[in-house]
Amino acid sequence: MRVPLSWLRDYAALPDDLDGRTLAGALIRAGLEVETVDQVGAEIAGPLVIGKVLAYEVEVHSNGKSIRWCHVDVGPHNDDSGSRSVVCGAHNFEVGDSVIVALPGTVLPGGFGISARKTYGHVSDGMICSAKELGLGDDHSGILVLGEPDLAPGTDAAPVLQLRDEVLDIAVTPDRGYCLSMRGIARESAQALEVAFTDPVDRVVPAETVSGHPVELLSEACPLFVALTVTGIDPGRPTPRWLARRVQLAGMRSISLAVDITNYVMLETGQPIHAYDADLLDGPIVVRKAAEGEKLTTLDDVVRPLHPDDLLITDASGPIGLAGVMGGATTELSLDTRNVVIEAAHFDAMTIARTSRRHKLSSEASRRFERGVDPQASYAGAHRVAELLAAYAGGTLLAKETVRGVVPTRPSTTIADTLPAQILGTEVDHAPVVRLLQAIGATVADAGERLTITPPSWRPDLNDPYDYVEEVGRLIGFDTIEPVIPTAPVGRGLTRSQRARRAINLVLAARGFVEILSFPFASTTDLDLMGVPVDDQRRRLNKIVNPLSEAAPYLRTSILPGLFAAVARNRSRGNDDLALFEAGSVFFGNDPLVAAPRPPVTQRPSVEQLAALDRALGQQPRHLGVVLTGQWMPEGWEGAGTPTGWQQAIAFVEAAAAAIGLRLDRRAAEYPPWHPGRCAEFTLPTGEGIGYAGELHPDVCAAFGLPARTAAAEVDLDALIVAAPATGEIPTVSSFPVAKEDVALIVDDDIPAAAVERALRTGAGPLLESIWLFDVYTGPQVGAGKKSLAYALRFRGSDKTLTDAETAAARDAAVAAAVERTGAVQRTV
Amino acid sequence: MSGPNTSYDPVQVTPLNAASVDAMVAEALAAFAAATSTAELKQARLAHAADRSPIALANREIGALPPQARKEVGARVGRARGTITEALKAREEEIKAAELARILVEERVDVTLPVQTQPVGAVHPITALMNLMEDVFIAMGWEVAEGPELEAEWLNFDALNFIPDHPARTMQDTLFVEPDDGGIVLRTHTSPVQARAMLTRELPIYVVCPGRVYRSDEYDATHLPVFHQIEGLAVDKGITLGHLRGTLDHFARAMFGETRTRMRPNYFPFTEPSAEVDLECFVCHGASVGNPDYPCRTCKSEGWIEWGGCGVVNPRVLQACGVDTEIYSGFAFGMGVDRTLMFRNNAEDMRDMIEGDVRFSRALVGTAR
Repeated sequence: MRVPLSWLRDYAALPDDLDGRTLAGALIRAGLEVETVDQVGAEIAGPLVIGKVLAYEVEVHSNGKSIRWCHVDVGPHNDDSGSRSVVCGAHNFEVGDSVIVALPGTVLPGGFGISARKTYGHVSDGMICSAKELGLGDDHSGILVLGEPDLAPGTDAAPVLQLRDEVLDIAVTPDRGYCLSMRGIARESAQALEVAFTDPVDRVVPAETVSGHPVELLSEACPLFVALTVTGIDPGRPTPRWLARRVQLAGMRSISLAVDITNYVMLETGQPIHAYDADLLDGPIVVRKAAEGEKLTTLDDVVRPLHPDDLLITDASGPIGLAGVMGGATTELSLDTRNVVIEAAHFDAMTIARTSRRHKLSSEASRRFERGVDPQASYAGAHRVAELLAAYAGGTLLAKETVRGVVPTRPSTTIADTLPAQILGTEVDHAPVVRLLQAIGATVADAGERLTITPPSWRPDLNDPYDYVEEVGRLIGFDTIEPVIPTAPVGRGLTRSQRARRAINLVLAARGFVEILSFPFASTTDLDLMGVPVDDQRRRLNKIVNPLSEAAPYLRTSILPGLFAAVARNRSRGNDDLALFEAGSVFFGNDPLVAAPRPPVTQRPSVEQLAALDRALGQQPRHLGVVLTGQWMPEGWEGAGTPTGWQQAIAFVEAAAAAIGLRLDRRAAEYPPWHPGRCAEFTLPTGEGIGYAGELHPDVCAAFGLPARTAAAEVDLDALIVAAPATGEIPTVSSFPVAKEDVALIVDDDIPAAAVERALRTGAGPLLESIWLFDVYTGPQVGAGKKSLAYALRFRGSDKTLTDAETAAARDAAVAAAVERTGAVQRTV
Repeated sequence: MSGPNTSYDPVQVTPLNAASVDAMVAEALAAFAAATSTAELKQARLAHAADRSPIALANREIGALPPQARKEVGARVGRARGTITEALKAREEEIKAAELARILVEERVDVTLPVQTQPVGAVHPITALMNLMEDVFIAMGWEVAEGPELEAEWLNFDALNFIPDHPARTMQDTLFVEPDDGGIVLRTHTSPVQARAMLTRELPIYVVCPGRVYRSDEYDATHLPVFHQIEGLAVDKGITLGHLRGTLDHFARAMFGETRTRMRPNYFPFTEPSAEVDLECFVCHGASVGNPDYPCRTCKSEGWIEWGGCGVVNPRVLQACGVDTEIYSGFAFGMGVDRTLMFRNNAEDMRDMIEGDVRFSRALVGTAR
């Protein structure tokens, strides 16, 4: 809502020296969101004056353009010739017209400075201005010609044209529909500054009468309809400049006199008003819901099929307006309109909101009706329009008028007089509570400890006891309430999962991995490019009805595509060495789709209803993913670097697991998007798989623009955390010496190293402290299809120094187990 | 070697006379002093202090002396050997020290050379800031509650007093998920976690709810369609707006040092009274307002920074979540984490938070959180 300060002064007795910023501060404290205070015309300076055209010569120039060399009387600013001479390209004026002249030295809106300059063979001594150049709208078709011939030449034009003003731009919250009017803002201003308020709604709605244009109300969604008839208007009359200027400053365009007047009164009172060409109305106005199959062409020339819940204004010809949203084309005011019927009605907010949304049609009227319009403003608003039509369009208001329906009554609310103090946490006694509630226009029946409050007609938002607590709070000022820190009961700290996620994050960061965040939106193209099969669970996608981008209308089921995109983006910016990880939700949809119930809100839903809510949401586990490319250890003066590879992807998962005390097993797997020969599946001790790591498939690298041999991992983070040991166990730290034994085993090439290690561990028994693979060899010394694995074993006794024989026995047992289980042959050195 | 002597004639055993012994000592000391390295000193030691050295040989001759002469000569030779050994030891230490000093000089490196390490890893600044915010409340005995990002419309809107078709619903441009009209949305705020907390936890409740939220909003330097919030909820007997103010002031101070908050009345369906919460600029404390010589980039010279929304929990919300409104009241508040990061750490462009550039992720590494 744009509110010119000058207009506000009509209703609120604001001090003369009050500026917009001060008022904005007061309104902000009262709970209005004043976004800006525009200093309209503040930059205008210098001799911008009224001029009278004395004479002009038309000159056609070689470029084909015709200009006028004008001699303009600017009073005291005239030069020795008794005028000033200006080149003008417009042709919409005659000798004797009053125009606006920007003499040299003038600064126009936008900081546009005017000086004498040579053009078309003359020295133009300034400029004759168009409305647009003066900041008075979009009209640049010609210069601005003033209607008043009696303005003295040389008069300062800025006050005449009301070029300077302060305009408050206020974002009105949905509960404060009454603030979508000068009336509402003036009331708040007067209250905030404790000055007098004059209500432009100067009369109440009278008893029902239908002596004017006949009106029938067939829907409860329209409880009140006022219709006045004004005859004999002159459609050719221009809109008075002050009125057009106010409408323009309030953010609307000036259209025609009758339309401008209805808009003006809507801005003034908050009551949307529609005017019909009375001669085009066919019989009584009937307000009803639409019938199936009906259509209406609205003022914006769109044919709209109607829904049975749409509320219509109709006559014998059918629908003539979408009630509270937009009028119809058939009864639209035109340049031939002589007689008008003025409609000021009250409509149900939700009905208008639904219709507006259904037709994707938001108008000044619907915005107000949705937020609640004061039904008491209808009658006064209609009369205000009639008054202005009479004054400026020469119309006559017929005495016979129609008031159909009544102002809906508002239920009252009873509260304890202590409730405001109790909820606000400050002292507010009985008397101030009553006074403050009366100040907002409520009627308070004071029965001592109980207050029965009837809200003012313009406050549909006041219904519940706490609504009145808020009113008291904002009037006394939230700043006056003393801050107190509440004492919470003892807390249990972070949950196991929360602690685990923090630990994992910190360990991964310490290990050189960089966390990123990405949009969790996905496309089937990405899954196709990753080679995900049709029956893979990653195809269980949730589809967004209204996605941000049609290119990614689903929610992700894998964390990798976002990381791929981040890798590509980083590389395009010259960041080539990347170890990016992300932890976040992925979303597996239900198949078939399930709707979530919408139980009533008046009580707690049942356990079954809550379970049904959760079921409808599918599964949303947190996943942890990484993508690696470039150098893991960069090359430097000390030597060559280490490129990233599948090893770091595996190390990533193992680091995450180790951070929460978990050791994972791994085995070879074939799973897209990984390289089928370089993909490990991680398994929990239970054997359950929880994710994959390795090198990406070359096709996937190519498809996503990733460098060859890019590595990646993705695991189910929630499952990882669930599997972690609850507490750790601290082993006895033996102080006895360690005994070291190396063994080299030759096995078939396809025997996994993990199997050999597992066998060694099992065979070595409890004396084994650690095992370390220090060499892998393939080549002529071991023969084709074989590999040699060399392990360093460390043995230690917990309660004594091991003898050579004990160590050797443990080593031999380890080797024997490897021989038995993996077909290993011990290599003699 | 001489055989055992039965008659005493000291003159016959010349190496044992005083002059000879003194000469041996003098020669040994001179040789030690002349040695400048461990190797040279070793040669000197072999020549003057080892088994074959003159003094050692002289020592052996003592046994050949008549018993009555042994005492005097023994003492003389013993002193001499002592002198030699001490001198050797002293010289050894001198040379060792000198050699170490030389090695230390020779081994000098350019300590300003870059050392080769793995590039630094990082936790994303948003994650770090959320953890920091959580910790403020954990320290107060609150707990951290979480919930799903794909959420039931009932929990995201209905239970929070967003009446169907009310304009308040369109304040938060919602992303809906199929089935069409199936009551499933991407949560537009973390408030459904508050509802879940009330539905599942024992009263009283003191929780903060951090997390990712979604709006079909613009994507530009100051707007993200996917961003992060942290909300707080307290439901207890006798909770007031004053408690909300106290909690917000404490939160602000714990995060930003000496500062305070102010509340401007506003509207949210789930709170009544409702307010916007502003933070007094913790950098300029208002000194930049109207003072062009001292502009403040943190508050854009406005003195206050819009931080979030808050209010007393609307009893209708408590009711939908099964809380007895006759006994309990509550307050709630919520802030944008991404926006907080912007003004707290002068992040200029919100898009950086979600684009995954490693330079952004690493920006706060090593700075005090």
